[in-house]
Amino acid sequence: MGNKQTVFTPEQLEAYQDNPFRQRIAQVFSEDGDGHMTLDNFLDMFSVMSETAPRDLKAYYAFKIYDFNDDDYICAWDLEQTLTKLTRGELSAEEVSLVCEKVLDEADGDHDGRLSLEDFQNMILRAPDFLSTFHIRI
Amino acid sequence: MAQPLAFVLDVPETPGDQGCESSPQDDESEVHHSFCQLIQEQSQWAAEEGLELQQREPAPGAWGAPDDSHQALLGPEVAPAHSTATLRILASMPSRTIGRSRGAVISQYYNRTVRLRRRSSRPLLGEMSRSARPSLRLYDLELDPAAGEEEEKLNLLVKELQGLSVAQRDHMLRGMPVNLAEKRCLRDKSQTLRGMRRGQQHRGGVCSCCSRLGYACVLASHSLGLVLLSGLHALAPWRFALKQIGGQFGSSVLSYFLFLKTLLVFNALLLLLLLAFIVGPQAAFPQGPVPTAFMGLELLTGGGGFAHTVMYYGYYSNATLNQPCAPQPNGSQCTPRAGSLPYNMPLAYLFTVGAAAFITCITLVYSMSHSFGESYRVGSTSGVHAITAFCSWDYKVTQKWASRLQHDNIRTRLKELLAAWQLQQEPRSMCGRLRQVAVLVLVWLLCLGTTLGCAAAVHVFSEVMLESPVAAGQEAALLALPLVVCLLHLAAPYLYRGLAALERHGSPVLEVYMAIFRNLVLKMAILGVLCYHWLGRRVAALRDQCWEDFVGQELYRFVVMDFIFALLDTLFGELVWRFISEKKLKRRRKPEFDIARNVLDLIYGQTLIWLGVLFSPLLPAIQIIKLLLLFYVKKTSLLANCQAPRRPWLASHMSTLFLTLLCFPSFLGAAVFLSYVVWQVKPSSTCGPFRTLDSMYEAGRLWVRQLETAGSSVSWLSWLYQHLVEDTVFIFLVSALLLAVIYLNIQVVKGQRKVICLLKEQISNVTRIMRGIWIRWWHRHATAGLAICRALPAGTGSPRGGDSSPRQDTWRVLGRAAPCGYRQSLRIFAILEVAFGLPPAGGTHVGTRTLLSALIL
Repeated sequence: MGNKQTVFTPEQLEAYQDNPFRQRIAQVFSEDGDGHMTLDNFLDMFSVMSETAPRDLKAYYAFKIYDFNDDDYICAWDLEQTLTKLTRGELSAEEVSLVCEKVLDEADGDHDGRLSLEDFQNMILRAPDFLSTFHIRI
Repeated sequence: MAQPLAFVLDVPETPGDQGCESSPQDDESEVHHSFCQLIQEQSQWAAEEGLELQQREPAPGAWGAPDDSHQALLGPEVAPAHSTATLRILASMPSRTIGRSRGAVISQYYNRTVRLRRRSSRPLLGEMSRSARPSLRLYDLELDPAAGEEEEKLNLLVKELQGLSVAQRDHMLRGMPVNLAEKRCLRDKSQTLRGMRRGQQHRGGVCSCCSRLGYACVLASHSLGLVLLSGLHALAPWRFALKQIGGQFGSSVLSYFLFLKTLLVFNALLLLLLLAFIVGPQAAFPQGPVPTAFMGLELLTGGGGFAHTVMYYGYYSNATLNQPCAPQPNGSQCTPRAGSLPYNMPLAYLFTVGAAAFITCITLVYSMSHSFGESYRVGSTSGVHAITAFCSWDYKVTQKWASRLQHDNIRTRLKELLAAWQLQQEPRSMCGRLRQVAVLVLVWLLCLGTTLGCAAAVHVFSEVMLESPVAAGQEAALLALPLVVCLLHLAAPYLYRGLAALERHGSPVLEVYMAIFRNLVLKMAILGVLCYHWLGRRVAALRDQCWEDFVGQELYRFVVMDFIFALLDTLFGELVWRFISEKKLKRRRKPEFDIARNVLDLIYGQTLIWLGVLFSPLLPAIQIIKLLLLFYVKKTSLLANCQAPRRPWLASHMSTLFLTLLCFPSFLGAAVFLSYVVWQVKPSSTCGPFRTLDSMYEAGRLWVRQLETAGSSVSWLSWLYQHLVEDTVFIFLVSALLLAVIYLNIQVVKGQRKVICLLKEQISNVTRIMRGIWIRWWHRHATAGLAICRALPAGTGSPRGGDSSPRQDTWRVLGRAAPCGYRQSLRIFAILEVAFGLPPAGGTHVGTRTLLSALIL
């Protein structure tokens, strides 16, 4: 968090924990999928989220983060969860389902109603911002 | 939670260990053949399954073991082996192989088998929570029969890695989605085996210890290089500041500061060249009158104490340094003093400025094309919803209030997208469209009119300044022109923003582009008028004096005034506005950091430096000081007073745009200006390194002629000069070649776009065909299953216990086997229920619910 010696109060710590996907990140990078990370897992996470990690690697892990039910596909339910977390539940259900439909229309290449890893990677290729947003600075 | 069944059509990534490398395009006929085969196999299998089911029917006791039914209906694990051609074709379909290399495929398979193995072979100890107890995991590994398979996969991967060069191996290891410990293990294995192999080759020779020593040296130097690299990374300037900014404001505001850093690097490069080859040598041989005493005003006006120093063009000598002898009357060269190196100042000046411009050009074009390659893709304009959903959350952001802002921004963005889409759905009347076009044209005319007005104002004011010469003591009056220009630069963008509020664009990104373009046109117009004023009017007016010095001092004044206005803008635009909006207007929102305007100001400042580098070689030093101060001022003001912009900001697109703007109007304009000065304008005859020549370029031409007469060893240089530079045919040829290359590249991109469309079509065709086959098979089984369900007693317990009956299990299996998504399955089941008249009561109803819940999960 910097190069100064600091002691964090609980309120300050609370201020640093507002990533909506923090639980999913912990689950994806932990060995047993339950959110408990070893040092190796921790290093893994920062290695993937660093600036120089290749795009395909980041896309792979981003896919796993957004795949809430761990079935190797991002289905409509996963998308709804993602959107709810992104907007803190402030979009109406109709809007959420509309956006999900449009996302599936745009990204689903093989038209099976859900996004596979290939669809996701293909979509990421078209989003140059992904490398700079899926990045944690140390 | 259901695993997707490995259907025969949903082929998992079969690693390429079937030895195939053929691409789908080559096997078109084979594709057709394999599809026919597949259809035949499906029908055969369906017939077999039907027979099997009919066999089991009379023995209802057999249904007590649901595993059999699972097996019968699951199928794929006991499916007849399909032809390798089929599997090969399916595995190498573009949808399965885009962006995948063999090694990555193997590693993914390895990773997945490891996880499945870990999950599946966990001992069932009741409600054991999934914990990372090492002893239990070890237990898993030892009892697992599939561990041998994993070992085999590992060896395959290691072999794959050894076949590559070191760089390729590192690249592949970096891209593999396995964890760090396993990557390290793989790297060590592939390295040691290679080392061992090398060791084996040199065994029994004197060279063995040498090779080992060499190997150790290589390893040591490699690790030293890594340590140095990490040290360099730690030394990177402003690392913590950039992290802080990125954490609180996101990637968009960060792009401004990264751009500032880039400009700093460009200026540092320029300064280094100029210091080494022009300023340094001339400072070592001071000449000319002693400079006047330093008063405070020089910092603003650039004259006075700075006038006759290395800072300006006029100070530089036009002779060869370190060779203080007069040329002999008989025309021969004078011999240099023993032990000294003659330094031809005019030549050095010309060549250094030329080389600096060339290197800057190459660096700019390279970074622009690199950034362009990163940020633009074929077809990247579509898919905005998907990109907003998946790529808009900035993981860098760490503060709670900043991430709340991000939530708001994303929500607003999604609502805007939906609103825009709904607006598009409504057909707009001809009248409304015409009105919009009319408003657009009007606003553009007004903006262009404002630009012309500003340019005319600058022209008139500069003529007035020319007419009334400034007295010796009133040098502060010289600051009037820069002041007027800066005021115009400050006021006009607000006017443009006001006019832009009249337009109603569909996309906010287009608004940003329009605003940037208008501001850019204003700045370039004003700079154009100023260049005309200096080269056209000042040169003529200052015929007998040192006009280059004057132009250099003017540019210095512009740079300083620009800096002062940037500081004032930060102070009033951000700090005071925050106080006003908080205290007086009682708004909770802080002012936004206007990225586009700030970046354009940076580009304008850099253009001034490039324009002035010929007349004032130390101008890049001024710019470096200015950029350093600006970084800290802007950062402090940002952290204290501003918030991130609410508009969506495609950071990488914008970075590319800014680099492009830096290259094309900015650098190109400066290069044209410099070329005109060097080629066409007569240098002043009283000062500077070119005072006796007709043009600055003359110095080069004279030198080449000297080389011709000097000797034959360098005559090739003069030949080159005559036939490549003076002769225009060569330049025409090079331009024609360049145009041809550009045209070819455009055609290649067009072809790639077409290929992408064709592949997309192919994917959807294949899926449609496969799904058609599978649905037919599944329908047949669903009807058979339904018939069985009707025959079964409802709600009887099964040996499995719990509330699952054989009927429900059948339903569950059927549901899992559904090839289509959730909604289609609902429809199909509704149809089947109606078709078979199944009453929505008892076990069937529960079965449907179980089935649907299985589908959801």
